[in-house]
Parts: sequence; structure tokens; C-alpha cells
Amino acid sequence: MPAPAIEFRDVTFHRPGRSPVLDRFSLTVESGEVLALVGRSGAGKTTILKLVNRLLSPDSGAVLVEGRDTREWEPIRLRRRVGYVLQEVGLFPHMTIGANVAVVPRLERWTPDRAAARAAELLDLVGLPSQQFATRWPDELSGGQRQRVGVARALAVDPPVLLMDEPFGALDPLTRAELHAEFRRIQDRLRKSVIIVSHDMGEAFALADRVGVVESGQLVACDRPGTIAASRDARVRRLLDAMPVVPRA
Amino acid sequence: MSALFRFWVAHRSELAGLLGQHVLLVVVATTAAAAIGVPLGIFAARRPRLAAPLMATASVVQTVPSLAMFGFLLPVPLVGGVGARAALVVLILYGVLPIVRTTIAGLRGIDASIREAGVAMGMTPRELLRQVELPLALPSIVAGMRVAAVVGVGSATIAAAIGAGGLGEYIYRGLSMVDTTVILAGAIPAAALALVVDGSLLWLERQLSARRRSRARRTALTAAAVAAALVLWSSGAAARRSGGKIVVGSKNFTEQLVLGELLAQTIERETGLPVDRRLNLGGSIICDRALLTGDIDVYVEYTGTALTAVFHQPVSTDAGAVFDAVRDLYARSGRTLLPPLGFNNTFAILVRGADARARGLKTIDDVAAETPRLRAGFGYEFVGRPDGYPGLAQTYGLRFPAPPRVMDLTLSYRALASGQVDLIAGDATAGLIKGLDLVQLEDNRHYFPPYDAAAVARAETLLRYPSVRTAIEGLSGRISAADMRAMNYAADAEHRDIREIARQFLESLR
Repeated sequence: MPAPAIEFRDVTFHRPGRSPVLDRFSLTVESGEVLALVGRSGAGKTTILKLVNRLLSPDSGAVLVEGRDTREWEPIRLRRRVGYVLQEVGLFPHMTIGANVAVVPRLERWTPDRAAARAAELLDLVGLPSQQFATRWPDELSGGQRQRVGVARALAVDPPVLLMDEPFGALDPLTRAELHAEFRRIQDRLRKSVIIVSHDMGEAFALADRVGVVESGQLVACDRPGTIAASRDARVRRLLDAMPVVPRA
Repeated sequence: MSALFRFWVAHRSELAGLLGQHVLLVVVATTAAAAIGVPLGIFAARRPRLAAPLMATASVVQTVPSLAMFGFLLPVPLVGGVGARAALVVLILYGVLPIVRTTIAGLRGIDASIREAGVAMGMTPRELLRQVELPLALPSIVAGMRVAAVVGVGSATIAAAIGAGGLGEYIYRGLSMVDTTVILAGAIPAAALALVVDGSLLWLERQLSARRRSRARRTALTAAAVAAALVLWSSGAAARRSGGKIVVGSKNFTEQLVLGELLAQTIERETGLPVDRRLNLGGSIICDRALLTGDIDVYVEYTGTALTAVFHQPVSTDAGAVFDAVRDLYARSGRTLLPPLGFNNTFAILVRGADARARGLKTIDDVAAETPRLRAGFGYEFVGRPDGYPGLAQTYGLRFPAPPRVMDLTLSYRALASGQVDLIAGDATAGLIKGLDLVQLEDNRHYFPPYDAAAVARAETLLRYPSVRTAIEGLSGRISAADMRAMNYAADAEHRDIREIARQFLESLR
């Protein structure tokens, strides 16, 4: 049996002088699985992502990526094997869309032709025809389009692991639903190991194979969406109850 | 206004040369300041604790007036002394601060999510800097370079005081001649240059911050690089001075420029050695320092000035004794005072030519008897100096009915000519003496200390090139006060080219 894509073993992390952000936190993401982490703001979700690509290191315990402790990985190599999509996207404003997607390939010393071809392929994949979009600029795009570029950029060198930090948080509900469908379609093809962070249980149900609920730096529940939806745990129920309810006609 | 254009047309090749030097100074200084300031700014932006003291130091440097800065640097080895090198050091010091400041601001202004995206994508700090941070901070950095360049255009005019050349030469020359036309001849192109530099860098900055058009950006950068290279090449060509061996210096007033030119042309003619002209240095002390450090090989000094200003000895009225004393003092520090050129640039008691001829006035004794009926006008300096008015009145028994009127030295010539006063104390070699038909009365009691003009040279240079000594000695005793006045008049009043004035005079000696 292959090693899990990502594994947290009793990870504690805290910022100096504050109570721990994560307290003996354990989690396993199997290869090819989409795990959604849900919790209110400040629950430690973003910290979890940053521990995976070693933007942060644990105080105790260990984070393993593909079976190797992140502290043993060369950080640059690790980050290039882990795609990262931010809520703010963070596209480089001085580069075209095509150049933005081709950043990591170019860091990996691909030839310009190969990098451009890869960027075009990915833009087509995320539903932005490359003919039309590759030469445009980040400030010419809508929020949803920028978010698609962010996903394309994270996938550029075909990393086995993808981290998504509230990627669809700032979008209107329709665009959001559209991107959810798009994400599922892409994931069915690529089978990445994904951690997606959200504060919205509905989004988690729409995207994830398993849903984890984070509260006060601990994983209070982690299971299939159906099981989570039926949970009687008060901390899980609070998040479920916050989901919008469609009134009956 | 038309006088100004005539001046420019008459001096067009000189103007082009000075403009070239000016641009070269500013371009080289700004480039070097960017080469220092951008890395410093990057460094400071990453270590906020160091940023504050660094900025404070740079601000202190910035507040030192540039003339004082040139003065501080004079005795410093390697970077100091006179000439373009020292000027560059000062301009670079001034340019670093705005560039550091805008580099820090540019880097800090980058959105945190953009930087985080770069790190998370696996960029090394170096890749992040080169591919993301510097391109995004570039418009801000160019803004700093713009400030540095505009300040540089201004400071470079002051650099003429230490012989760095540039348009400041006209400004200094004009100030010493009290000739607005010449001042404007340097000030207007300098101001225009500042506007052009400001405008073109502002254009570049705008092009760069228009972030969507990468191609326009690349075009702008290429255009800027090509333009900079062209400007550099052409100004370098215009500014090229002979890379010669003998460097002739001079102070920054008309007579000194003429004398410097006379020395230079004489050496060129008689020895065939190439001559580098480092004229317009800002005063005796700067010339002396330049001679000591070997930045110049020879310049013309006045014996009385050397004794008092350079060697801090009391004045004496015996011309021979002063010359010998100064020659010995120079000899002790490896410098050689050559024989006097012939004229004495001392104070001159002047009256109108018409009065002198009507009353047969030749000496100060002649006029002393008439003083109860005369009005005197003196410059501020003459009234206060130990070798000035009080001693003069005592020596000759002058009794004016009213205390002398104190006025600007240059104005006093005109006041005398127009009859507002009847007697003044001027410079013996002032061109206006000739221009306004004034007569110098002989100091028959030898009250005034001697200010005999004589070339002083590095002994080492004279040893290596004995022909230089022979050439300069050929001028000894050949330049009378009348000759000097005529040449000063030609330069100051007739605005004739100084090289041409010197050439004609040397022709006349043959």
C-alpha cells in the first residue's frame, strides 16, 4: 500500500506567546482524494495548508508529504511538487495570463516553447480558451476568471498534491457553482491529492470525498459527507445549521 | 536676450563641451547611485531594523550643502581632490538616498499575497526578487532615479567649483565677472536639462507602471537604454579633454582663466606636450590642494595671497622680500615658484582719467593734497582689511570731508566714472579701468603689499619636463598691468573668447 499523500502526526504549532493554533493535530489524506477542511475563521485551516508546503514548520509532531517529513524535503523541491491556490489568487500583475501559468515550468527550466504549450493546455483545461486569454492581463479578468487562472497556475508542473485556500470564497454564488462543477470535472481527470479549505459546509459537500471539521486547532470530525451531514456532534451541527436552507414552496 | 544668444553662438563648441560634461556627470553619477542604492534598498527592505539607521545616515548626508561636501572631500585620498572624480563621489552620495528610499517603498508596496504566491510556488528568494519584486518595484525605483538625476543636474553646477566642468563653469564665470549674460548662459541650459531629465524619466516611469503592456514596457526600456547609451556616447565625445600630461589649473575669475589659458597655450606651443585644462577651481585653497595632490601641475598665484592665505604669514610691503619668502615656503613642500609674470594685482587707487590729466595727478601723494575737496567710495573689503583704508589714510595723510561711501566693489568703478564719487580703490588689473577711462595713481610710498602674479608648479613636473619650466619662464616679466587689464576687458566687457584673447596676446609677444 502506497504512503498517504499527506499525513499530520500529532502536530502542534503555535505562534510565539499565543495559545496553540494546532494542538496534537492528526490527519491523513490518501492519494487521489479530495479532503475539505471546514471550520470558522481562525480555526487554524490556513496554518494546516502552510505546514504542508513548509511555509511553516511544526513545533512538535511531523507533517509527511508522500511519506517524507517536510523537514527532510528541500523546501523549494517540496513547494514545486505541491500546487497552491490562494483566495486572493496572487497573480503577478506584470505578467500576462500565459506567463503567470508558465511561472513554475520556467522555474523548472523548461524551454519557453514547452512552457507556453503547457500554459495553453492548462488554460484550455480550466475553461479559458488559451487563444483568447494567454496574452491578456490579470487586471482584465473577472474574479472567477482569475481564480481559474490560479488553479491552472497551481497545476502547471502536474504536482501530485494541490492545496486550495478558500479558492472560491470571494465569488458570487453562480460563478461559484460553475467553478465547483469545473473542479469536479478536472479532478475526475487528474486525480490529485487535494486539501481544500473552506468555511462553507455546502462547498465542502459539493467538492470533497471526505470532510474534516476543524475547531480550536483540532480535528473534531472527519468522514464522508453523508456521515458528517448526519453527525450529532454539537461542533459539527453548528456548521451544518449555518448552511442556507431553501424554503419549501 | 539677444546678448545671450550671441554668447551661445560665439561659444557654441565650448557650450556643447560643458553640456556634455554636465550630462556625463549626471548620467554616470545616477547610474552609480542606482547601482549602490538599489541593493542597499533591497537589503534595508528585508531588515526593517537596519532600515531606520540607514535612512537616517543617508538623510544626514543629504543635508550637507554640496559646496561644503566638496570642501570636506578635498583632502580625502582617492575620492577627494579636485576634478570630475571628486564631483562624482559627491553626486553619487546625494543620489543614493532617494533611490534607497524609493526602492524600499517599491518593495514594501508589493501586495503580500503576490509575494506569498511566489514563495508557495517554490521560488528561491533570488528568483522572487528578480522575477516578481524588482519588476513590480521598478516604477518606484525609476522615480527615485528621477529625483537623483534632477538633484544631480543642480549639484553638478556647483561641482564646477572643483574643476569638474559642466555648465556651472559659466555660472561661476558670470558671477566673478558680475555678468548676468554669462550666468544665464550656464543657468538656462542647466535648468532646461533638469526639465528634460525630469520629463523623460517621468515618461519612463509611467511606461513602466502601465503594467498591462509588457511589450510597451520592453520597448520603453529598450528606448531608454538606447537613449542613455547615445547620450553617454555623445556627451563623452563632447566632454573629452585631452588625456594629456601637463595639467594647468586656475581659480574661478576672469583674470585667472586668462592666465590659465596663457600658461596652457604657452606649454602647448613651446613644448608640444599635451595640456589638460582644469580651470575655474573655486579659490586659492582648492588650487593649492590640487597642486599638492598632483591633480594639477601648475597655476598662477599672487605672492601676497600665497603668503597670507596659503602660508598664513603676516604681510610685508617689500615685493622682493615677499617673493623670496613665498618661494622658500613653496620649495619646502615640493613646489616651485617661477619668476613673476610682470604685473602686480594689488589694490589700485583710481581717479577719472579726465581729472588726472587736468590736474596732472600721477601718484597718491599728488592726490592727497586735493582730498579735502574729494568724495571717496570703497568696497566693503577695503574698508575692513589690515592693509586697507585706515592705513592708507594714515600713510598718505588723506583727509576727505566726509567718511568714504561703502559700496560693492564692481559698482564703485561705475560710481567713479559717473561722477558720484571721485576716488576709489579697485583692482589694479580690472578690465573696467580701461573700459571706463580710469587712471591708477602710483603707490609711491609702497603702502600696499605686493600681489605679483607668478606661476607655481610641482617641482616634480618641472624636473621631469624641463621644457615646461623654460616655456613658463619665457613669460616672466612679459605681462604688464596694462596688458592684463586689456585682456580682462576683452573677456569681461567685450565677451571675447578667452582662448582667442590668450592666442592673440601670445602672438603679440613674438
